[in-house]
Amino acid sequence: MDLRLTPEELAFRAEVRAFFDASVPDDIRTKLIEGRHPDKADMVRWQKILHAKGWSVPHWPVEWGGTGWDTVKQYIFRDAMQSTPAPEPLPFGVSMVGPVIYTFLPRIASMDDWWCQGFSEPGAGSDLAGLKTTARREGDFYIINGQKTWTTLAQYADWIFVLARTNAEAKKQEGISFLLVDMKTPGITVRPIQTIDGGHEVNETFFDDVKVPADQLVGVENRGWDYAKFLLGNERTGIARIGITKARLRRVRELAAHDQGGGRLIDNPLFRQKLVQVEVELKALEMTQLRVVAGEARREKGKPDPASSVLKIRGSELQQATSELLLEVAGPYALPFRDEHDPQGWNEPAVGPDWAAMLAPNYFNLRKVSIYGGSNEIQRSIISKAILGL
Amino acid sequence: MDFDLNEEQQLLKDSVDRLFAQRNDFEARRKVQASDTGWSRANWETYAEMGLLGLPFAEADGGFDAGPAGVMIVMEAIGRSLALEPYLSTVVLAGSVLRRFGNAAHRAEFVPRIVAGELTAALAFAEPQARYDLHDVATTARKDGASYVLDGGKGLVLHGGTADRLFVTARTAGGRRDAMGIGVFLVDANAEGVSRRPYPTQDGSRAAEITLSGVRVTAEDLIGTADEGLAVVSRAAEDGIAALCAEAVGALAEMQAMTVEYLKTRKQFGTTIGSFQALQHRASDMVVELEQARSMMLYATMNADEPDAATRATAMSAAKVQIGKAIRFIGQQAVQLHGGIGMTMEYKVGHLFKRATMIDVMFGDTDHHLARLAASDAAVV
Repeated sequence: MDLRLTPEELAFRAEVRAFFDASVPDDIRTKLIEGRHPDKADMVRWQKILHAKGWSVPHWPVEWGGTGWDTVKQYIFRDAMQSTPAPEPLPFGVSMVGPVIYTFLPRIASMDDWWCQGFSEPGAGSDLAGLKTTARREGDFYIINGQKTWTTLAQYADWIFVLARTNAEAKKQEGISFLLVDMKTPGITVRPIQTIDGGHEVNETFFDDVKVPADQLVGVENRGWDYAKFLLGNERTGIARIGITKARLRRVRELAAHDQGGGRLIDNPLFRQKLVQVEVELKALEMTQLRVVAGEARREKGKPDPASSVLKIRGSELQQATSELLLEVAGPYALPFRDEHDPQGWNEPAVGPDWAAMLAPNYFNLRKVSIYGGSNEIQRSIISKAILGL
Repeated sequence: MDFDLNEEQQLLKDSVDRLFAQRNDFEARRKVQASDTGWSRANWETYAEMGLLGLPFAEADGGFDAGPAGVMIVMEAIGRSLALEPYLSTVVLAGSVLRRFGNAAHRAEFVPRIVAGELTAALAFAEPQARYDLHDVATTARKDGASYVLDGGKGLVLHGGTADRLFVTARTAGGRRDAMGIGVFLVDANAEGVSRRPYPTQDGSRAAEITLSGVRVTAEDLIGTADEGLAVVSRAAEDGIAALCAEAVGALAEMQAMTVEYLKTRKQFGTTIGSFQALQHRASDMVVELEQARSMMLYATMNADEPDAATRATAMSAAKVQIGKAIRFIGQQAVQLHGGIGMTMEYKVGHLFKRATMIDVMFGDTDHHLARLAASDAAVV
């Protein structure tokens, strides 16, 4: 046992003390010495000084900006900070919610956790901010009650992020919080919704007195709407799905080049013209997407480009137009229904060509793309407000 | 990948936009349009002073090497302001023929004079029976010793009435619709045997019908070879398409901006009509079409100097199709959302609508280029 600091630790302490002596602004130090309270600007200014030095979150893992110091060094650091004196970093961010978030990240990257989204409700679709699910604070927990819907692939999910109302008195956008919920928590029920193509992608998710640890609140209580808007902006940029439409258009050309009797569809000038029109529009959209991507660097961080609404509208229309072309390629063999979820049935010999079996279901299914992620009508309203100022 | 203008281009754009907006305010333009020539010599001299007439030409020839992006910047400003000067015919079309196919003597004689604003030129290729087919040439060039004798007629020569020089396509061999056997000849517009009937066009510009009877030129006036002039005029048409795409986007952007402004100010039922969702969504659809058109304008500009002919042709056709669609949609909606005022000669929107509509019918309309793309087995994307 040796309670003395090692020479290395002594050197570290000297380094840390020297840093604090030199770096804590005099006015802040004076305030602390005189027992006054640092204001917001002081706290932020000091945190940024620490951040520039790389010492703002020393206790975090190195990959998230931590220092890799052992507990002794962390103690030395904290002690030096307090005794200088310097303001202590605001605990809610760096000590509370921060670690919640970074513990999830590796499991998301490796897909050890499957996440689903709990935004829409039966009464809150396009008017998402009108959601009624509540999260009531009780001690160290939130108690969630309500119903979510269109929960994509919730049947596989380990975790769900949920928008819930934490303040019923505030303006509807200002009383919403963003919570992370373990799907195994008692009180959660998932019920499948079958879509018109026969598939099971979406679900209803019920919350009945679901108890969630309060540290699984993301960010600040009642600010969830801001985070949700940011997420939806990201969703819209990816939603153009230009690569997928490219691949499907290649499939159109490939399949239309088969002689199905009565000649090849690709030789039908009406069909060919429709195909080329979609291709041209997609070329233009690809250029639009590249313009948005190239402009990303210049945009304020975290603010999605309103042009993402342009991508959403035209990208979804082109996905749908392409599925229409494929339906046309299937011709009469669009008719037979084979249940994709019935492996037994799928092994039976097909009526008509194998490649035609999914073309009608895909067409039916893709009607969703102009409805989800903010319907195309909502996107038009976003453009008219955010771009045109109408 | 970088879609931003570089510093030099941004400076050019700023000064060009300012100049065109100032020189072509609606009243000034109306006076110019009503003048004898239909365009302003004073404006032309200013463009020359600013170096705009030399943008696409090589520095070695007396130009400024600004490439397709430089032309795009000017054409977009022309589109916004509805400028009437013969930039397309002289700098873009005749310029394309000269800089891409003219020999050293041609370039030395004409490029500096074009750049200085001393000479305008026009491309005389369109014949009444040809519709959009550049290879359909009935005008003949008969070899007579060291010279050629040209006979025939050209219907749609943009700014042909005021041009000093004409680049004329004429058949040196083969049948009327053969791809080979076409020559491009440099003709003095005031030469003996050239008669011109200038006329106004729907969009307030000017063109001329030109008749050639026994017009004598020398072998030195031939651009390229006597047989392969189709390549010359096709390339000029492609440069024309890229430039017209930019002009169209300028006009469409102006219509879109005017429409939004109108929606914000016009009041009915006690409120601004821009508060009505039906009109907001129409205005949003105009934004979508405009952005798509702008993307294809950039695509055409990026491909104007593309060396592979097939890639270039596909790019130009794709751009023309997309922009043709935008012209119809934005043009018609701009007039519709303005209501009655959009129908009047005294208001700019109708003039923009007309100019944009005429752009669609130049160098092949939407269906023409769609058919061209459909005829190829290669996918556009």
